[in-house]
Amino acid sequence: MFFSMLSEAWHAMSANRLRTFLTMLGMVIGVGAVILMMAIGEGAQQSIKRSIDSMGSNLFVILSGSSSTSGSRSGSGNSSALNINDANAVGDLEDIAAIAPISTGNAQIIFSGNNWNTSIIGTSPTYFSIRGWNVDSGELFSDADIRSANRVALIGKTVAENLFGDDIDPIGKTIRIKKSPFMILGVLESKGQSFDGRDQDDTIIVPITTAQRKLFGNQIPGSVRMIMAQANSEKYMGVAEDAINDLIRQRHNIRENAESDFSVRNLTAMAKTASETAKTMSMLLGAIASISLLVGGIGIMNIMLVSVTERTREIGIRMAIGAREKDILLQFLLEACVISIVGCVIGVALGLGGALLVKKMIGAEILISMQSIVLAFSVAASVGVFFGYYPASKAAKLHPIEALRYQ
Amino acid sequence: MTKKVIEIQGLYKDYNTAAGVFPVLKDVNLTIDHGDYVAIMGPSGSGKSTFMNILGCLDRPTKGEYILDGHSVKSLSSNELAKLRNKTIGFVFQGFNLLARSTLVENVSLPLVYAEDQKELRTKIAKNILERMGLGNYFDSKPSQISGGQQQRVAIARALVNQPRIILADEPTGNLDSKTSDEIMKIFDELNQIGNTIIIVTHENDIADHASRQVRFLDGKIVEDRRNKKEKVEA
Repeated sequence: MFFSMLSEAWHAMSANRLRTFLTMLGMVIGVGAVILMMAIGEGAQQSIKRSIDSMGSNLFVILSGSSSTSGSRSGSGNSSALNINDANAVGDLEDIAAIAPISTGNAQIIFSGNNWNTSIIGTSPTYFSIRGWNVDSGELFSDADIRSANRVALIGKTVAENLFGDDIDPIGKTIRIKKSPFMILGVLESKGQSFDGRDQDDTIIVPITTAQRKLFGNQIPGSVRMIMAQANSEKYMGVAEDAINDLIRQRHNIRENAESDFSVRNLTAMAKTASETAKTMSMLLGAIASISLLVGGIGIMNIMLVSVTERTREIGIRMAIGAREKDILLQFLLEACVISIVGCVIGVALGLGGALLVKKMIGAEILISMQSIVLAFSVAASVGVFFGYYPASKAAKLHPIEALRYQ
Repeated sequence: MTKKVIEIQGLYKDYNTAAGVFPVLKDVNLTIDHGDYVAIMGPSGSGKSTFMNILGCLDRPTKGEYILDGHSVKSLSSNELAKLRNKTIGFVFQGFNLLARSTLVENVSLPLVYAEDQKELRTKIAKNILERMGLGNYFDSKPSQISGGQQQRVAIARALVNQPRIILADEPTGNLDSKTSDEIMKIFDELNQIGNTIIIVTHENDIADHASRQVRFLDGKIVEDRRNKKEKVEA
C-alpha cells in the first residue's frame, strides 16, 4: 500500500517536472542555507574555543595604569604603577596558583640579512606553565636566566619562519634585538590565533630582567607592565579577583573612594563572553537561514493547494472506487513529504559544497556537524508534513459527488 | 431464489440551497433483487442522478432507509461507506473517469489498491479482466491512447475487478456513438446473463430496452416501475 502510494507520488511529481523542481528549489535553498550557515557559525565557535584553550585556564591579567578607565590621569603613569613586588604579593594570595610578571614592547629583530618587527615579552618561567605553553624544539629559559638577566630568547613559530625560513635551525643562533645580541634557546609550539584575533606565534619571549635592563630601559627599576595570575580553580575566580583588587589597592595606598591605578581583567570571563557571542552569532545565522526554509515550506503548501484543485476530479474518482479519507490524505501528504525530503537531500549536498567553497575562497574555518544535517533533515520532513497537511486534508474532506462533477 | 440486494423505503433527499430547502427525492420506495437488470429513467431534474448517487453510497439520504446488501447505509461511517463503494459497488461513469496519467492495468487495479491486495495479485487480476474485455494488447497504454469505446471497457473492467454485488452505470453510453454503444450494452447484457446485478441510469429508450425492468422518475418520485415485455433470461 505504502509503496504503491510512494510510486504514485513520484508519478504525480514527474507529471509536472518544472513545477516540482521550482517547488523543490525553495527547500533546496532553505536547507542549503541552514547547512552553510551552521557550518560557518560552528566553525567560528570552534576556532574561538581553540584560541581560548590556547590561552590557559582561570586567568587574570592585572594591568598597570588606568588610561583606559580615567581620562584625567596622565597616560605616562602606566609604566610605574605595578612592580615586581606587587606580582609576588599577588602570588602569595590564597586562591592564586601562580603569577608571571610581564613587560612588553616592540622591536625590530635582525638575523643575518632578515629582519622582522614583532612584540617582545619579558617574563618569568612561570608564564609558560600558566599558559600551558612549551617549546617545539630547544628548551625554555630558567630562573637562573632571570637572576643573571641572560640574553636568551624563545621565539614563536611565525618569527622563526620569517627570520630563518625552513632551512635554518634557529636554536643556538644569535639574533639582534635593538642591537643587543640574544641567543635563541628554543622555538615555541604553535598557539594559533588568540580569541581577539592576534597571531600568538608572532612573538619573542625573553627573561623579564633582561627585558627591563637591556631592552626597554625602564625608568623605575622593577616596574612591570602587567601581571598574569592564575586562580586555583574557576570556582574561586570571583573571590580571587576581589582579593587581588584589595591587595594592590592597599599596597598602593589608594584611599577608599579613589580610583585604582591598575585594572584587573578576568580573561576567562572575557573568553566566555567571546564564545557566547560566537554562539549567538551562529544561532542568529541559523535562524535567518531557517526563514528561507519556512518560505520553502509555504511554497510547498501553495503548490499542493493548486495540485489538489487541479486533481479534484481524480480525487472524486478515487473516492468513488473506494479510497477512504485517510488514503487521500496520505497520498497528498506523501507528495509534499517527497518534495521536501528530496529537496532536503539536494540542499544538504549544496550546503556542504557551499561550505567547502567558502573555506577555500575566504579561508574561514567551517565545521560540518552530523547534528546540523540531522536537524536539517528533520526540519525538512516536518515542514513537508506541516505544510502538506492542510492541502491534503482539504483533498480528503472533498465531497465525492462534488469532486466527481468538478470540470 | 432471489435475494434483495437493494431495499429502499421512504427515502427523501433535500438540498440546501441559498433559496431554501429544495426537495429532490420524495418518498422513494424500491427493491432490487440480486441478478436484476434495471434501467433508471427520467428527464433531467427528475432526481435520477441524485438517486444514483445515494445508491452508490456517494451521498446519504436526508430521511428514509437504504439497505444495501444487508447494511443499513444510514448508520455507516464514511470509512465504511468507502469500503462499500470499494467492495460492493462497481461504478461505470458517462465520462469514463479513468486516471489519465496511469496505465490501463494501473487504472483497473486501483480498487484493489484500496482493498489492500498485494501488487502481484492486483496486476494478475487486472490483466485477466482487461483480456476478457478484449484489451489484452493495451496493458501499458494510457487512456488517451485508446478509443472512447475502449476506455469505457476499461472502466467496466475497473468496476468488475472487486467482484461487486451491483454494477452502477451512469449514462454509460452517453459519450459514445451508436455502434460503440451497442457493443458496450452487449457487455452489460452478458454480465447480467452471468448473474451480475446491473443498474443503468439513462434517458434513452433503446438503452433502457436492454434492461429487464424500467423505473421511471419524475419530480423526485417513481412514476413507473415495469418489467420489459421481453422476458429476462434467467441466470
